[in-house]
Amino acid sequence: MAAAANGFADTFPKLLLQNAASRGGRPAMRLKDLGIWQTWSWAEALDEVRAFSLGLQALGLRQHEKIAIVGRNRPRLYWAMCAAQALGAVPVPVYADSVADEMAYVLEHAEARFAMAQDQEQVDKLLSIADRLPNLALTIYDEPRGLRDYDPARLKSFEDVQAQGRAVLAGAPDIGEAWEQAIGRGTGRDLAVILYTSGTTGRPKGVMLSFDNVIRSARNGNAFDRLDETEDVVAYLPLAWVGDHIFSYAQSFTAGFCVNCPESEATVTDDRREIAPTFFFAPPRVFETLLTMIMVRMEDAGVLKRKMFNAFIAHARRWGEKMLNGESVPPSARMLYWLGEFLVYGPLKNRLGMTRLKVGYTAGEAIGPEIFRFYRSLGINLKQLYGQTEASVYVTAQPDGEIRAETVGRPSPEVEIMIAESGEVLYRSPGVFLGYYKEPDKTAETKTEDGWVHSGDAGFLDATGHLRIIDRAKDVGKLASGALFAPKYIENKLKFYPTIKEAVAIGQDRDFVTVMVNIDLVAVGSWAERNAIVYASYQELAGHRLVYDMIAEHVDEVNRSLSEEPMMAGGQIQRFLVLHKELDADDGELTRTQKVRRGFIAERYAPLVEALYAGAEVCDITTEVTFEDGRKGAISARVAIRDSKTYPPTTEAAAARMMEHAA
Amino acid sequence: MRAPSSDAIVAGDTLLAVEAVSLRFGGVRALTDVSFDIRKGEIRAIIGPNGAGKTSMLNCINGFYHPTEGRITFKGVTRPKMRPYEAARGGIARTFQNVALFKGMTTLDNIMTGRALKMRRGFFWQLLRHGPAMNEEVAHRKAVEEIIDFLQIQHIRKTPVGKLPYGLQKRVELGRALAMEPELLLLDEPMAGMNLEEKEDMSRFILDVNNQFGTTIALIEHDIGVVMDLSDRVVVLEYGRKIADGTPAEVKTDKAVIDAYLGVAH
Repeated sequence: MAAAANGFADTFPKLLLQNAASRGGRPAMRLKDLGIWQTWSWAEALDEVRAFSLGLQALGLRQHEKIAIVGRNRPRLYWAMCAAQALGAVPVPVYADSVADEMAYVLEHAEARFAMAQDQEQVDKLLSIADRLPNLALTIYDEPRGLRDYDPARLKSFEDVQAQGRAVLAGAPDIGEAWEQAIGRGTGRDLAVILYTSGTTGRPKGVMLSFDNVIRSARNGNAFDRLDETEDVVAYLPLAWVGDHIFSYAQSFTAGFCVNCPESEATVTDDRREIAPTFFFAPPRVFETLLTMIMVRMEDAGVLKRKMFNAFIAHARRWGEKMLNGESVPPSARMLYWLGEFLVYGPLKNRLGMTRLKVGYTAGEAIGPEIFRFYRSLGINLKQLYGQTEASVYVTAQPDGEIRAETVGRPSPEVEIMIAESGEVLYRSPGVFLGYYKEPDKTAETKTEDGWVHSGDAGFLDATGHLRIIDRAKDVGKLASGALFAPKYIENKLKFYPTIKEAVAIGQDRDFVTVMVNIDLVAVGSWAERNAIVYASYQELAGHRLVYDMIAEHVDEVNRSLSEEPMMAGGQIQRFLVLHKELDADDGELTRTQKVRRGFIAERYAPLVEALYAGAEVCDITTEVTFEDGRKGAISARVAIRDSKTYPPTTEAAAARMMEHAA
Repeated sequence: MRAPSSDAIVAGDTLLAVEAVSLRFGGVRALTDVSFDIRKGEIRAIIGPNGAGKTSMLNCINGFYHPTEGRITFKGVTRPKMRPYEAARGGIARTFQNVALFKGMTTLDNIMTGRALKMRRGFFWQLLRHGPAMNEEVAHRKAVEEIIDFLQIQHIRKTPVGKLPYGLQKRVELGRALAMEPELLLLDEPMAGMNLEEKEDMSRFILDVNNQFGTTIALIEHDIGVVMDLSDRVVVLEYGRKIADGTPAEVKTDKAVIDAYLGVAH
């Protein structure tokens, strides 16, 4: 094991050799298959990766060539990344739910020679774009189901490739040695992976990260949260997303902990409960969904259970966070909390799969303070971090004991932060990316010569040295009156209500702010059921008078809270409507990471926007929709528009203070 | 219209032959002199307007009804009075027009009941925690898990089927029929009451079952588009009589069928 002897391994294949030698018997990977958790130790993982890697080599994958990784979290897809890296080739993970056209762009741009696809669905997509991809020589698939009658010329199974690799190894045992020596020649400066950012505007960009970027970031993350080989994580977020790459790949390889792949997308919640991960990451949306699910279930529960739940949750809200932060709490409250732990919090955490959780992170979007506090009050160490693909995730993170809902924490280890004149956040760290693949001009726009990266987010460091993010720098605009207009800030406040799934705020250069709201079908549907409201479709429910009344209340509360924040008081919502259709990534209204594309939506629903500002009470609109299989259809609707009340700003002094901070 | 003549078919290819079957309930003629065959490995559709006798035909095939006249030959054996359990043992499984599952039992248990006929060990062995009965149980569970995986219903494995939406219940029912590892699978309106997406899913599963396990399938379906896409051959019934038999393309252009089933301005 030449590479392992080098001590401080600086590439993933070296780490794999090292882990197989030093903790070969410990679990590296689990997959729930046929209802049972199948486990692979580090030694077994090495065996799988080696066979596949030699197979790839025999099939002609060479140094610097790209292999696209298309699918959901499966051990073999992770192994394929490492197998390619062992040959000096570069994995390019692709979002599994991207439509064929988006996939074609990424594979074409990356000049992928090989593709590792999860199943028939992905193979079909790849085949449908084959004529646009002259470089693509071979597609390898993991799950054979439904692929029996496909043309085998450009299609091979994972097992076939491994068999080929094993045959090579059996024929000439020194090949294995040569393979390890080649790994030993790799260095941390080499390109490790290209991650295409989903991009709220324009085509995705390929972020090139070196082994040093990813591995140092991962090691810092491990040290910051004291993660070791005993951790368990559940891998369920897209492989192409930098978060999954760091949490489920890089941090697992560096700390040596086990990555658990769920059985299917639909079973994640159950599988998480079975595994009870110790380290967990989720975008706010997941925490919101879980909370909504709990609340909906509690509404349906018996009277006794509901009363007990409400009473103990109220107690936890009052004392739980203080106990978690190590503040002093009266013994009686502590006693009652322990009782609550036994009766309510414990079973609830078990249900959420958070019983063993050491640290949980949320990032990507702002999380509702209420939601954030709910989880923390149960004794779950949920924290926020601020990260970007270009930084190999970590820019800032909240250290234990310094948790507040409105900040994203202090600079992570080895990260420097600077706030530009414009309010934009800049950072510099060992995790900072090499550049955008084949786009030097865009790299130059984002990354200065001395290594500072423009985050594109506006924010400020508060008195305690914590970073606070207001919005995307380019999205922070002005109303016609000159008042500050921060659309995401307003949208997030609305989205904190479980009944509101998405919101789109409009107001740039306009006289006032208006919003378009998407209701959450689960929460509103259950509310409708309880209130005996009959509806036949999403559209009908969205347009219901009582739903409008409920949303109007939420908007009113948001206005009230905005009026208390002097910087934002001018941006109160004057008119709103509830959209007749769910915003959908297939229609281009959301990005693949489920962020709203404001400009596109304003264009698409132009008649509605016009009506919002023309003072109309209703507006007719016909919208084209794309179904899952790519076919198009149209839905038309009559959408009602309502006015809402605004409030005068509360304190002038507070306004001045806030302005100072932001400037 | 083409009646199947025995000399046109290679003997080994015919899995099931229906010959001049008539079925009467008192004065009501449910089926009159119907003949057709099902070849091994094909997807055979039975279509027709309401009350044409489609479900009666399936009931005759799996022994729930006994034809008043005519005979049904399955795998070369003709039984004048085959009982449903004999049909099941012989390798004929079916699903029902109205879902017929055990509502209070989980998906897993429901599909497991499909293995009941394959359980060999008796009550005594079942009492023991270890031994042959346990090994048998494990083997059956594995087979069931493979079906769950195949039908992509892992997320409802432990959910009582009564709580499931209709489309999923239909899928569980298909799973139970598959658990019998049938040679001939009878599907009575597998897509009734489904939306477009559910229909597409179900169609894919039916094709996959046929493709992957080589199961012969006879299905009744109202959605003419689905029938045309799925089936290799179609038999058309009207008022208990066969009015057409052939490939979907042939049937679609058949005058009698167009008049009777697809509808014309009268």
